[in-house]
Amino acid sequence: MSRTEFMQGNVACAEGALAAGCRFFGGYPITPSTEIAETMARRLPKAGGVFISMEDELGSIAAVIGAAWTGARAMTATSGPGFSLMMENIGYAAMTETPCVIVNVQRGGPSTGQPTRAAQGDMLQCRFGSHGDYSTIALAPNSVQEMFDLTVKAFNLADRFRVPTFLMADEIIGHMRERITIPDRVEITRPAPLLEGKLPFEAGDDRVPGFAPFGSGRAIHVTGLTHDERGYPDTTDPEAHERLVRRLVAKVESARREIADYEVVNPDAGMVFVTYGAPSRTVQQVIHDHPDEEIGHLRLRAVWPFPEFALDEFPDATVFLMPEMNMGQISREVERHVGQPVVPIPKLGGDLHTPAELLRAMEAYR
Amino acid sequence: MRHEIRFSGYGGQGIILSSVILGRAAALYDNKYAVQTQVYGPEARGGASMGQVVIDDEPILFPEVTDPDIYVIMSRQGFEKYGIRAREDAFMLIDADLVRSRPACRYCEIPATSEAKNTLGREIVANIVMIGALVATTGVVSRDAIERAVLDSVPKGTEGLNQRAMKRGFELGERACNQ
Amino acid sequence: MSTTEWRREDRLPHIYCSGCGNGTVINCTLAAVDEMGWKREETVFLSGIGCSSRAPGYINTDSLHTTHGRALAFATGVKLARPDLHVVVFTGDGDLAAIGGNHFIHACRRNLDVTVVCMNNQIYGMTGGQGSPTTPPGAISTTTPYGSSEPAFDLTELAIAAGANYVARWTSYHVKELTKAIVEGLQTPGLAFIEVRTQCPTNYGRSNKMREVSDMIEYLRSHAMLVPKYNRLIAEGKPIPEGTFTVGELIRRNRPAMGVRP
Repeated sequence: MSRTEFMQGNVACAEGALAAGCRFFGGYPITPSTEIAETMARRLPKAGGVFISMEDELGSIAAVIGAAWTGARAMTATSGPGFSLMMENIGYAAMTETPCVIVNVQRGGPSTGQPTRAAQGDMLQCRFGSHGDYSTIALAPNSVQEMFDLTVKAFNLADRFRVPTFLMADEIIGHMRERITIPDRVEITRPAPLLEGKLPFEAGDDRVPGFAPFGSGRAIHVTGLTHDERGYPDTTDPEAHERLVRRLVAKVESARREIADYEVVNPDAGMVFVTYGAPSRTVQQVIHDHPDEEIGHLRLRAVWPFPEFALDEFPDATVFLMPEMNMGQISREVERHVGQPVVPIPKLGGDLHTPAELLRAMEAYR
Repeated sequence: MRHEIRFSGYGGQGIILSSVILGRAAALYDNKYAVQTQVYGPEARGGASMGQVVIDDEPILFPEVTDPDIYVIMSRQGFEKYGIRAREDAFMLIDADLVRSRPACRYCEIPATSEAKNTLGREIVANIVMIGALVATTGVVSRDAIERAVLDSVPKGTEGLNQRAMKRGFELGERACNQ
Repeated sequence: MSTTEWRREDRLPHIYCSGCGNGTVINCTLAAVDEMGWKREETVFLSGIGCSSRAPGYINTDSLHTTHGRALAFATGVKLARPDLHVVVFTGDGDLAAIGGNHFIHACRRNLDVTVVCMNNQIYGMTGGQGSPTTPPGAISTTTPYGSSEPAFDLTELAIAAGANYVARWTSYHVKELTKAIVEGLQTPGLAFIEVRTQCPTNYGRSNKMREVSDMIEYLRSHAMLVPKYNRLIAEGKPIPEGTFTVGELIRRNRPAMGVRP
C-alpha cells in the first residue's frame, strides 16, 4: 500500500533515499539542507543503516565514497559552502567511478551568501566544479513528489553509470510542504557486477566497468591517480591518461538519450521557455493562465548531461526564454546548441520569478 | 479557487505549525491541493515568525504566496512586518490581546491568547484557537479536515486540550463574524 | 613470517628512494597483519597522499588510495558500512598532521576501530622536501631554508588527547618492537595509532647533515628513549638530552569504540 503524506521536500528526499535502499549517510549540518540529515539520523539506524555527522563536508563526501566501495548505497546532502568543500572528493569519485548521490539544496551565493534563501547558482559547479575533465549527472526536482522520485532515480543512475550523481534542489523545493505519494516499493538498478576475467577498470561497449565492492575477494586497488585497467597508477603515459579521461566523459555523454528526462509543452510554439527546478512552476502557471496563447515549455528534470536534442522538439521556436535563479548558467549551454536568440531571465535574492515578471519578459517577443 | 493564507506571530507561538496543520487539512483530508512555505530565520523564540499556505481546488503551480487574501496575526511585530500591507479586500484574524493596530481590510478580533490562558488553562494552544476561528470564519477547509489535521499534528496526550481549543475557536469565530 | 602473499608483486619495482624507511614499515605492518591470521579478502588498506600513502598500492588486498589528508574520513565510511572488514590506514606526517589534522583528531575522538600507521619522516618527501608540521625547529628544508621556526607536533600526544585507545611510537630501526606494537594495535578495539619515526635520506638527511642512510638510522636509534627510562629521568629530575623522543607503548585503554567487528 502506498501512503499519502503532507511532507517537506527535504524530508521527501530522505524518504526517497531510504526507499532506494540508501544505507549510509555522512553529512554536516548546513542550512537549508539540514532536514535531510536530521531525517536520515532518525530513520537510518532503524533501517539497518548508518548515519554519521562528519567533522566537515570534505569528510562527509569522503565517508560516503568509502561506504560506497563496500557496496552500500551512500548519500550526502549539503548546500552552498559545503558543496564547495566537497569538490575535491567529487573529482575523486568521478576518477574512481564511485557510485554515490550528492544532494545540494541550493542557496544564495557566492560564499555564505543567503543561507535561508533559494538559488540555482551551483548548476555549473555540479558539472565542472572539480579540477580536470569528467562528466556527471544532475537532476533538478520541482516538487516535493520529485524530491522523492528523483532521489530514487539519482541512486539508480549513479549505480548504472558509476558516477557521482547530483540532486540539484533549491531552498524553495527543499523547504516547501506538499502532498506526496510514497509508493510501496521503488524500482532499483544496482551496478553491473565485475565479471570473472575482467579487470577492475576494464569497460565494455557502454564504457562502464563492472563493480566488485570491497570484501569480494577481487583485491581492487582504487586510486585517484591516473590508472590503467588494473587500477594501477600510470601517471606519465599520455595515452593511458587520455584513454581514461575520454572514457570517463564519454560513458555519461554518450548516454545522453538514456539519461534524458524532460517534459515538452506546446511543441509548436514560437516562444519557448526552458526551465529546470523551481522556476518551471512559474512558467506552468503562466501557461495555465493564458490558455489562448501558445507558449512552449521545455522542463528539464535531468540537466546534466545536457540533452541538446530536446531543443529540437520545438521546430518552430523563434526565441528561448530562460528563467533561472542565477545569472544565466544553463542559458549558455542552450545558446551553444541553437541559432535562435536565447534570453536569460535571471532572478537573484531568493524569491521565485513571479508570473507577472515572466509576462513582462515575454512582452518583447509576443 | 486559490486562497493564500498567511500566519504571523512571534517565535514559540506555534505559527509555523499552524500553517502546516492548515496545509495538511486541505491536502490530506479535504481532497484539495496545498503548498506550505515559511520564512526561515533565527526566530525559534521571539522575533516575528511567518508561515503561509496556498490552498486550491486544482494543482498548485506557482507555489509562493505573493498577495494573501487571508491573514492570521498573533503579534504586534508580526502585524507590522507581515500584515500591515494587506490588500483592501483581504480578511484578517487578529489576536485582539496582542495586537493593538488594526488593518485597512476587513478583520475579526479573536481573544485567542486570553481564552487559551484563562478558559483552557494553557496559553500554548492559542494558535489552535486561532485555527478554529479561521476555519469558522473563512471555511477555507472543512471543520472535519482541520480536526483530523490538528489531532495528528499535536503531541500525544494533548489531543483533548487541542480539541477543546479548536472548538472554542469555532465559537469565537462564529461570534466575531456575527458582530 | 610470510608476507609474500600480501604483496602485489606485479607492482614492482616500487617508487621509494634507496634507503627510504617506508619499505621497512610496510614489511612490519604486513608481518603484523599476517600474524593476526587475517584473510586478504577481509582486509582493506587505505591511505591519503604522499610517499607513505603509496603503500596500499603494493599490497594485494582491496585498497583505497584517497585524497590528501582524507584517508581517515574515507576509512570511517568503509568501517562503519562494513564493520566486519579489517581496516588499516597508512599515512605520513604531512598527510595526517597538516591537511588531515581535523580528520585525525575526530577519528581518535570517535575511536574508530582502525589501525593507523604513520610514517613520520618529518618532511614532505613526495614533493621534494618541504617543511611539515613535524619538522623539528631549526631543521632545514626547501621551505625552511634558514631553519624551521615553528614548533613541531607530537602526533602521539595529539592522538592520546583526542581519545585513541592505543598509542605507540617506534622507529624504522626497531623492527621487532614496531611489528609487535602494530599487532597490539590491530588487536585493540578502537583507534590504534602507531607513529613510526622513519628516515628520508633523500629529502631530509641530505639537508640536515645526515648524508648517509646509516647516519639517519643512527640518529633514530640514539635519540629514541624507552618510555620507562624517560619517566624515571623525569621523576629523578635529571635532564633529557636534546632531540630525545620516547618510544614504546604510550597509552592503552578501553574507551567505547566505533565500528568494531561484530
